[in-house]
Amino acid sequence: MLRFARKRMLASLVSLVGLVILVFFLVRLTGDPTDLYLPIDATDAMREQFRANNGLNDPLIVQFGRYVWDLLHLDFGDSIRRARPAIDVVLEAFVWTLQLAVITMSLVAVLAVVLGSLCAFWAGRLFDRAVTFVSLIGASAPDFWIAIVAIVLFSIHLGWLPTSGTGGWQFWILPVSVLFIRPFGLIVQVVRGSMIGALSSPYVKTARAKGVKNRPIIFVHTLRNAMLPVVTVMGDQAAALLNGAVVVETIFGFPGVGKLMIDAILQRDFNVILAAIMVTAFAIFLMNLLIDLAYLLLDPRIRA
Amino acid sequence: MAEHLLEVRDLAVRFHTANGPVDAVKGISYHLSRGETLAVLGESGSGKSVSAAAIMNLLDMPPAEIRSGRILLAGRDLLEMSAEERRRINGKTIAMIFQDPLAHLNPVYPVGWQIAETMTAHGRPRAEADARALELVRRVGLPEPEAALKKYPHQFSGGQRQRLMIAMALALKPDILIADEPTTALDVTVQAEILKLLKELQAETGMGMLLITHDLGVVADVADRVVVMNRGEIVEEGFVSEVYAGPKHPYTRKLLDAAPGKGAMHEPIAAGEPLLKVRGVSKLYGTFTGLHEASFDLMAGETLAIVGESGSGKSTLAKVLMRLEEPNGGTAHYKGRDLLAMSPKELLGVRREIQMVFQDPTQSLNPRMSVFDLISEGWVIHPEILPKAKWRARVAELLTEVGLSPEHMRRYPHQFSGGQRQRIAIARALALEPDLIVCDEAVSALDVSVQAQVVALLDKLRREHGIAFIFIAHDLALVRDFADHVMVMKSGRIVEIGTVRQIFTSPREPYTRALLAAGLEPLPHGEAPSAPVLAPAAEHQVVNHLA
Repeated sequence: MLRFARKRMLASLVSLVGLVILVFFLVRLTGDPTDLYLPIDATDAMREQFRANNGLNDPLIVQFGRYVWDLLHLDFGDSIRRARPAIDVVLEAFVWTLQLAVITMSLVAVLAVVLGSLCAFWAGRLFDRAVTFVSLIGASAPDFWIAIVAIVLFSIHLGWLPTSGTGGWQFWILPVSVLFIRPFGLIVQVVRGSMIGALSSPYVKTARAKGVKNRPIIFVHTLRNAMLPVVTVMGDQAAALLNGAVVVETIFGFPGVGKLMIDAILQRDFNVILAAIMVTAFAIFLMNLLIDLAYLLLDPRIRA
Repeated sequence: MAEHLLEVRDLAVRFHTANGPVDAVKGISYHLSRGETLAVLGESGSGKSVSAAAIMNLLDMPPAEIRSGRILLAGRDLLEMSAEERRRINGKTIAMIFQDPLAHLNPVYPVGWQIAETMTAHGRPRAEADARALELVRRVGLPEPEAALKKYPHQFSGGQRQRLMIAMALALKPDILIADEPTTALDVTVQAEILKLLKELQAETGMGMLLITHDLGVVADVADRVVVMNRGEIVEEGFVSEVYAGPKHPYTRKLLDAAPGKGAMHEPIAAGEPLLKVRGVSKLYGTFTGLHEASFDLMAGETLAIVGESGSGKSTLAKVLMRLEEPNGGTAHYKGRDLLAMSPKELLGVRREIQMVFQDPTQSLNPRMSVFDLISEGWVIHPEILPKAKWRARVAELLTEVGLSPEHMRRYPHQFSGGQRQRIAIARALALEPDLIVCDEAVSALDVSVQAQVVALLDKLRREHGIAFIFIAHDLALVRDFADHVMVMKSGRIVEIGTVRQIFTSPREPYTRALLAAGLEPLPHGEAPSAPVLAPAAEHQVVNHLA
């Protein structure tokens, strides 16, 4: 198991290094931060001073070497905008995103598995059709549109919920609901399909021939087998949320990593962009490791 | 009339399909008494499994519909009971085992848990169930019973899995055991052991056994009485010995006649220069020996049967000769040129002359290609054989030759039966005018009567076109009427090679004798092969081979 994790870690590290190199040079093509941070009538001397302070005067390759060297000492550089270590800024935002992702995915997992299983058990009946109809709409509607309509309806017309920002539990309802819809719609369908397949499998026949009751047949015999493809899709969806739900976070003014990344790009805050990418990449790596572990737990055939 | 343990009366089951209703079972009646074995014999599509599914409440309704009939268990009609009542009977009074034990065991739970579940599902305490599971696993003869309980289905061999299924079914000492093709997927020596175990257990418990099978040999070996089913009807019933000795219904007669191993044996034609000369061919998979130093000759126009159980290396040999797998050593001279040393370009030319027919025509025929496209595809690759203008006429000719008709060429594989599909695969092989056809278990998946027809077709092609065949099979009886030479393989090695007469009448090696003995005689009191020396615990070799 440890060896497996180490191998995965190594492979992920290689892609991370590639990503850092790519992003490091690409963001510098977006322009000179000096133009954004100094007043338009700043003198050349002031500009020169600013560049020197932020180490932007050296040749690119030297800047890169310095960045890597600092990185090896776990120093991600400072945010130009906030004049604080970039990693602190990113981690603060990441905690918000993480909470949002965990709450959303927990709701998705529980509801999608229960409703999807019931759809499979009652395949073709009214319940199944209703859930399928709603989930298909959910899976296909664009989330920015749902977000805006939700704000118009619940915040402006009805006045029940705040339009944006953070605070009490009311502030979570709209972002979580909007983020919930798409993965829920998708995963319900995956659970349903997978369960329908598993329910008609030979080992279910055996269980029925043994006189096992319906409930253990669904939730003991079938569900565990049907979960394998579901776990994969859930992992994908969770990874997308960890990446920062850029659009939804921006619309709701939610201080997560997605919004931070957009802001940092607009502000040419290079170190923040890079730190954000590395933190989310690491989170996604952990997420994938978790999925592999779930696979090992669920299916003894992979353990050998 | 005395009350039977189980009685099926006038049962009719209809399936509602997209193509309209299908009457799977049309008013059949049979009964089973304590301690007796009743076989339901039939080919695929005969409806032989449907009544068993009805007894176990395993029919999905819809699409199935029980149109009429009663199923009496000790006088009480199962069909009038509630679902909960029937659940209580399943596993406790009537138990069932199935054909493919790997698919029928839940892959994600330890087998000990699954055996105990039969008991816990009927209210037995966990500890008692666990103790009994251990006892059962020991009784059905698995090595290291304590450790076995904690293992998962994929960690056992096919025969061991069926033993586990049996342990699971017999946990609560049921009055009736329904066995649906219990040995069909198993090697012959393993089949013999499983049937022996079932007979022993029946003698111990006095249960009635309902055996569903397509295999005349299995019926002859274990059943007391037999009902023969065809197209949803029982065409004949009676004691096995009587039915086999004097079948009354034409279908039963046809079925018995189709059983292989009764015709005259071939006498190999005189030798000349061999068409194929194989010397010392080996294939390793990592440290596992798939094939060890195989050497043999094949004359033009003769049939060499390669017989062996799973993992014997027979398919590996075929794959290596076809260069579908690269060998680790050896030579195979075909018309004087070494197949195993050819460049890909040279190989392309020779590929035309050596064709292959696979076991499962459902998988080997592309479902999205019409029969015409499938058969003519070879001419696209080898355009020198036939100008395009003549393709249509030639496809029609080939279809007629393999016993189909020219109008079939516009259809797609799914519109044919298994036997017809295999005929299409043979027509496809013939299209390239080969000198050698390698048949890898080409008739194993077919019904007995269809098997006989396809084998007869192959034999006709051999006679008329002088095509040589390498015929790979696990069934010795099948090759008896068809082969010139027989090669017996085991664990990647050639055990024995000889003329068909020599192998069948005076086998030299103990393993060949064991195979002959384990292969069940389709006819009771037929000439049984001598010296039934069974390979000791042949099934316990864990099947981690790649063949």
